[in-house]
Amino acid sequence: MIAGNPWLDAFLRLLVVATGIPLAVIVLNYLERKVIGRVQNRLGPMRVGPYGTLQAIADTIKLLTKEDVRPATADRWVFELAPYVVVVPTVVALVALPVTDDLWVRNLGLALFFILAVSTLSIVGFLMAGWGSDNKYAILGAMRSAAQLISYEIPLVMAAVAVAMVAHTDVGRGSLNLVEIVEGQGRVPYIAWQPLAFFIFTVAAVAELYRQPFDIPVAESEVVGGPLVEYSGIRWAMFMMAEYVNLVLLSILASLVFLGGWNWPLGNEVGPALQVPLVLLKTFLFILFFFWVRAALPRLRIDQLMAYSWQVLLPLAFYQIVVNGLALVYGWPDPILGLLSGGGMVVAVYLTYRAVRRPVRRPLAAAQRMGV
Amino acid sequence: MALQQEHELETIDLHINVGPQHPATHGVFRMILTVDGEKVVDCDPVIGYMHRGAEKLSENCDYRQAIGYQDRTEYLAQFNAEWTYCLAVEKLLGLQVPERAEYIRVILGELNRVASHLMFMGAFGTDVGFFGTPFMYAFREREVIQDFFEAVTGERMMYNYFRPGGVAWDVPDDFEEHCRYVIDHVRRGVEELDALMTDNEVFLARCRGLSPVTPEEAINWGFSGPMLRACGIKHDLRRAEPYSIYDRFDFEIPTGTQGDVYDRYLVRMEEMRQSLRIVEQALRQMPKQGPVMAEGLKRTIRVPPGEVYSRTESPRGEYGVYLVSKGGDKPWRLKIRSAAFCNLSALKNLVVGNYVADAIIILGSIDIVLCEVDR
Repeated sequence: MIAGNPWLDAFLRLLVVATGIPLAVIVLNYLERKVIGRVQNRLGPMRVGPYGTLQAIADTIKLLTKEDVRPATADRWVFELAPYVVVVPTVVALVALPVTDDLWVRNLGLALFFILAVSTLSIVGFLMAGWGSDNKYAILGAMRSAAQLISYEIPLVMAAVAVAMVAHTDVGRGSLNLVEIVEGQGRVPYIAWQPLAFFIFTVAAVAELYRQPFDIPVAESEVVGGPLVEYSGIRWAMFMMAEYVNLVLLSILASLVFLGGWNWPLGNEVGPALQVPLVLLKTFLFILFFFWVRAALPRLRIDQLMAYSWQVLLPLAFYQIVVNGLALVYGWPDPILGLLSGGGMVVAVYLTYRAVRRPVRRPLAAAQRMGV
Repeated sequence: MALQQEHELETIDLHINVGPQHPATHGVFRMILTVDGEKVVDCDPVIGYMHRGAEKLSENCDYRQAIGYQDRTEYLAQFNAEWTYCLAVEKLLGLQVPERAEYIRVILGELNRVASHLMFMGAFGTDVGFFGTPFMYAFREREVIQDFFEAVTGERMMYNYFRPGGVAWDVPDDFEEHCRYVIDHVRRGVEELDALMTDNEVFLARCRGLSPVTPEEAINWGFSGPMLRACGIKHDLRRAEPYSIYDRFDFEIPTGTQGDVYDRYLVRMEEMRQSLRIVEQALRQMPKQGPVMAEGLKRTIRVPPGEVYSRTESPRGEYGVYLVSKGGDKPWRLKIRSAAFCNLSALKNLVVGNYVADAIIILGSIDIVLCEVDR
């Protein structure tokens, strides 16, 4: 507690969140454009400020001062409230996210559960945006986003649960407290013992973030931005902010749960001065991975996306949970867990490979295909 | 009872207007999709937004002035369009084009094919959902070709360089050197594009087996170009009825097996390599000097009465010009046979029954140029 005053303490901690978010969004926006620009053989923003560093700020000012257009036929309240419903849960989820063992807004015993549960609420916002816009692209995109988020929320949660089951704590195994999960990893992060869960979590996180190859709800070339198509100015900026906050949230979460957070593989303890850079570095790796994937992969189709979730990720997530359960019951050591999980990982890669390279059926005459 | 009520729930089909202002319609094409959930049950293509009467306009110009309208008709393969028109006029005049001019035409025409296919790769990649990466890769190479064209013709888009009887003026001194640089650069770029897209798992998942066309259907629907060859039919006008000097070059005609979207992509990818091969050979065989314009041609061309149909293999397929002359310095009738129009006319057959997202890809795989469709 800072200065002994609980109100001041709470205020300061929330201030960190409230100022940190827009700052992080601006930095990440610039970074993403630079990184993707480099991947695509161009420079990215270069004009505003040295190396374009002020570009994101200029864009923010533009978005803030832009006219906030609402279509005449839109459902007023649903349309105008949707951005808040998207942003608020992601910010609320941040409250429970520890950055180091004593840098957090609130150290919840159920932090992992809380974050996953609250961040899911943003589906409602996307549905509201799609429905309220009174636009066909928007409604199509909103339906897609609902289907996608629900499908990928389950593997995401299952993968996180798998880790929570086997987390080492002082009183045995199993914890939903993020601080305990991180402390329990020690020198070897869970990515070594739970590669399958890590794989599932990462794939599902990309889908949660609407990034390529899972940007189906906001697909530019199909539904022209999906639920966001009618939004402009500050409201559109709020959707974008939610997207980047979610990116940070899931990246930090992944780095805490799977990469050992503020632990260092060469020793259990690092000084508090190094803990924050360490977590940020691990988070940064994830964020760069998401940027890279975005620049390198095209988009899946909605049925392929659903099939991948329900037929590949979910059964494998259950497999991981069963393995972890057996490990708990029989007291298997971590390396065996890692071996079994690695086996599941091989299966996942094989299934993905096979799904893509499946032999093509002989061409069917169009008349037959159309059922004429 | 509850179950009963559930069955009585009515679902209605949604009409979605894709275009004329939609990021994926490649120009001002419009299709009205009727969708049941995510499946397309009907597709109503609307064309004509780009109609400017290019054929009629050409009839009001003399034979040289009409060349410009050919550029504007097929604005991604301008040299091919000019070439077809010039071939028609030359046939009526009975002109023999000088050797050097023929080689220049082949080099520029084939590089134009590469540029057009690069444009396809970029746009198609974006349709499939890439975040602009193939677009930037493809356009970097296309830029090199454009610079080359600019050096030769002085224009980046509307070249107006081929003339009945040859080409407008001789090429610059560093033509050969510049061309070799272009070939090397583009060849590397094509391989990079190939590495980025061809084996990309998500790309494969989207494109393989999508809207396959049987060879019979392809012929019945009047397909030509890569759309036809993707179905496994080895028909290429450069080989089937070699115009100009195409009988002197050694090149393969890539064909597909399934006729699906992926095969159309693969055929185009391979065609770029073959085109570069042709350019290389042409550069080697090209006479170092000589006339580039037929002898004894007056400034105002007067064409004897007659009618003629000339066709060439444009990047999109058979591009034909039907020309009727009643004497004088203006074509009496000029009709363009557009490959993109014929390929596009099968759109409904290709799209219905697929997903909305696939409809966009299928449209992209046809590789339309709306100016050519609407004229």
